[in-house]
Amino acid sequence: MFCLRNILRAFVLLIGMTSAVLAEPYEEALPKLASDRYADTDAAIGAIARSGRPLALGIVEALRDGRLLSGEGQVIIRRPSGELIDAATGQAWTGSSGDLKPVRINNRVRRAIEAALGSLTLLSPDARTRLQAAQAVFRSRDAAALPTLDTAIAQESDLHVRDALESARAAIILTMPDALPDQSLAAIATLHGRGDQEALVLLSGLPSGMSSEVAAAARKAADGIRTRLAVFGALQNVWYGISLGSVLLLAAIGLAITFGTMGVINMAHGEMVMLGAYTTFVVQELIRTHAPGLFGVSLLVALPLAFVVAGAVGVLIERTVIRFLYGRPLETLLATWGISLILQQGVRTIFGPTNREVGTPAWMSGALEIGAMSLTYNRIAIVVFAFSVFATLLLVLRYTSLGLYVRAVTQNRRMAGSMGIRTSRIDALAFGLGSGMAGIAGVALSQIDNVSPNLGQSYIIDSFMVVVFGGVGNLWGTLVGAMTLGTANKLLEPYAGAVLGKIILLIAIILFIQRRPRGLFALRGRAVEA
Amino acid sequence: MKAQSLFDRQTFIVLSLLAAAAILVPVMNGLAEPGSALHLSDHLVPLLGKYVCFALLALSVDLIWGFCGILSLGHGAFFALGGYAIGMYLMRQIGPRGVYADPILPDFMVFLNWKELPWFWHGFDWFPFAAAMVLLGPGCLAFVFGWFAFRSRVTGVYFSIITQSMTFALMLAFFRNDMGLGGNNGLTDFKEILGFPVQAGSTRLALFVFSVIALAGGYLLCRWVVSSKFGKVLVAVRDAESRTRFLGYRVEHYKLVVFTLSAMLAGVGGALYVPQVGIINPSEFAPANSIEVVVWVAVGGRGTLAGAILGALLVNAGKTWFTAALPEFWLFALGGLFVFVTLFMPRGILGAAGYLWERFSHGLRAGRSPEPVTHAAE
Repeated sequence: MFCLRNILRAFVLLIGMTSAVLAEPYEEALPKLASDRYADTDAAIGAIARSGRPLALGIVEALRDGRLLSGEGQVIIRRPSGELIDAATGQAWTGSSGDLKPVRINNRVRRAIEAALGSLTLLSPDARTRLQAAQAVFRSRDAAALPTLDTAIAQESDLHVRDALESARAAIILTMPDALPDQSLAAIATLHGRGDQEALVLLSGLPSGMSSEVAAAARKAADGIRTRLAVFGALQNVWYGISLGSVLLLAAIGLAITFGTMGVINMAHGEMVMLGAYTTFVVQELIRTHAPGLFGVSLLVALPLAFVVAGAVGVLIERTVIRFLYGRPLETLLATWGISLILQQGVRTIFGPTNREVGTPAWMSGALEIGAMSLTYNRIAIVVFAFSVFATLLLVLRYTSLGLYVRAVTQNRRMAGSMGIRTSRIDALAFGLGSGMAGIAGVALSQIDNVSPNLGQSYIIDSFMVVVFGGVGNLWGTLVGAMTLGTANKLLEPYAGAVLGKIILLIAIILFIQRRPRGLFALRGRAVEA
Repeated sequence: MKAQSLFDRQTFIVLSLLAAAAILVPVMNGLAEPGSALHLSDHLVPLLGKYVCFALLALSVDLIWGFCGILSLGHGAFFALGGYAIGMYLMRQIGPRGVYADPILPDFMVFLNWKELPWFWHGFDWFPFAAAMVLLGPGCLAFVFGWFAFRSRVTGVYFSIITQSMTFALMLAFFRNDMGLGGNNGLTDFKEILGFPVQAGSTRLALFVFSVIALAGGYLLCRWVVSSKFGKVLVAVRDAESRTRFLGYRVEHYKLVVFTLSAMLAGVGGALYVPQVGIINPSEFAPANSIEVVVWVAVGGRGTLAGAILGALLVNAGKTWFTAALPEFWLFALGGLFVFVTLFMPRGILGAAGYLWERFSHGLRAGRSPEPVTHAAE
């Protein structure tokens, strides 16, 4: 008796579901939405999504957001504006709203809603919506979306969206138990072309009942994707390395000038970077309050200002302290350390000890996707910026009279003086130039690091490492040093972890200095002992 | 340099003052009535002890910087290593009295779910071993580091920078939990040293007296080194390294010996420092700390030994006062001190005082010219 009743119940259920699909779908399905049984609601959602009626999307969305109401066998949509609409006719609802109650949903229904929405929005006029829908279908692998997908692929014009649609279709076919081997092979090829982590998961987690041919193809495709991902992972790390190298280059390039020309270790160099970052902050604050429309160019405004601020402070330090300490590099080191403490505390007193918010202009946010790599625009901007600063400085040193004098003083101070170069003036200018470069670096670093009084401290040791590694008196040494250290750091990170990688690198540099005590690109000749 | 004999007037004054401190502090703390003007309150004893340990550190820096021209910006690392050695001994002494009551493992290891003691912790429950490590740890590091650096003639600012990166690397390493030395919390919560409770007043007095004795011993050792023939060569290296080398001296050997000795001295300072402050953590390795030590020496007077002690005591007393009274301005004051001393008092307080004394006695006994001031060339 018990057994019989169960069979009967299953039979009734089967008939109910089949009839929902077969009979005039839309009108038939509507009341089932409001059924007390979730299985009915589930089936009704599928039927409505497949009906192709203009109201279908509205109904499913309303259901998802709890705006679908029912009462007396009617199904009513409440628009976000509050207006009530009869789901069957699309006309405004005139009955009393007192008897209406929202249609309940559970997790199973929610999944059905997501799948239905995926296939419903596949045909949306907006390319971004279509893309999202394709991705949703890719994840849900709802076989019911297949016809819609085919229609969408046939009329799709956007290549990017088309790829997403194709891979969604491939994902569905691969997980369909009754797919033909040819279809499956084509699907595997499509997924192989897609070649990302999701495709890999799909390919390596295929159900076991596949034919050996298909399974072999899937294995091969998965291996291919793994190789591809490994290559891109390595490339991504190299990119991180170049990006870190550019940051180091920016921070160290000014140091290389002051160290090169004067043999002066400027311990306050990091604070010049900090001043540049705070200049950016002040510029942005002023723009926010006085001319919000100009926010996009705030960094461009900040660049020359940071150069001037940091450069002026640099010249001031040189004129008031450093020029009295010539020939005593160790004392200069101590004095500039003292200055760095004063600058830090000064900024802390004025701006407070906490991090300051420096915004990123819209054109610098977002990321560029190349294969499985993601390059954020602000990092790209910093790399480009670092190299252009480097090139500018190289040209200044090569082709201007200031550059000529600076190089002369770097190579042989006394001889340069004998030739009529006012070395002390060149010192001040070179110090200002180096500090100004640090200020510019601060503008860039404000985009990727916390703007706090300790900003400079975190870069000073790294910058020294770059200069010491690259050698003094040659900007190319700084470039090679920065890039080598940056890439080595990032390539070590996956194996050794961030901290241990850095420790290994520091030890490597300490050992390297034993081999080449004057760095990679050392000055030769008489200048060495000067 | 005038004061070059082992027992000259300066040595006499320094030793007398240290002896006075070693006697007066216990008397004023233990015997004088609380409330009387002569009483030294309990919290001042470890504070003074801390200064004395810093003075020992400054002494070690002065030995290499003042007499051999080696500016180490990483001497705090040797100080901290000595401190960690004694800290490990003190951790083992806690035994089952820790929060997790594990008889062998220190609390942080239990917390990290470690099952057994790492190999380098063995032996630290035995005081003589720990005491030996106080000397051997910093000594070995300095020997290896110096052997590499001096052999390839890394000098001047290059040497300063790599010592700075050495202490920076050590700081990063000690911050790691995997290092097995307590991560960023370091070693703390000590109970007993040699069976005496660390917190007790009498233990603190004893530690203070031992610190003063160590400082006096360190001073005598340094005085002996610099007044010996060896010390003469050190000064020659400082003033004209190439010339000394051409005269046939193995400059790198001299530098290596004095650098290692100085590191051990710093390690002793750290070892006495840790039981008095009750904690050692990786921030002791911070490069800024090591640079600060150099300014103590510069303030007191580089190349005078007594000046290093004086500078360490004065600057640290100033720091204690400033950070209590005007915390905002301490960095201004310290930074200003760096600039002022390097610009206007290149020979520090003792140098300036000595100069004035020369002028004064020169005025009294006209005709006898003061000794020419030898400027240290880098």
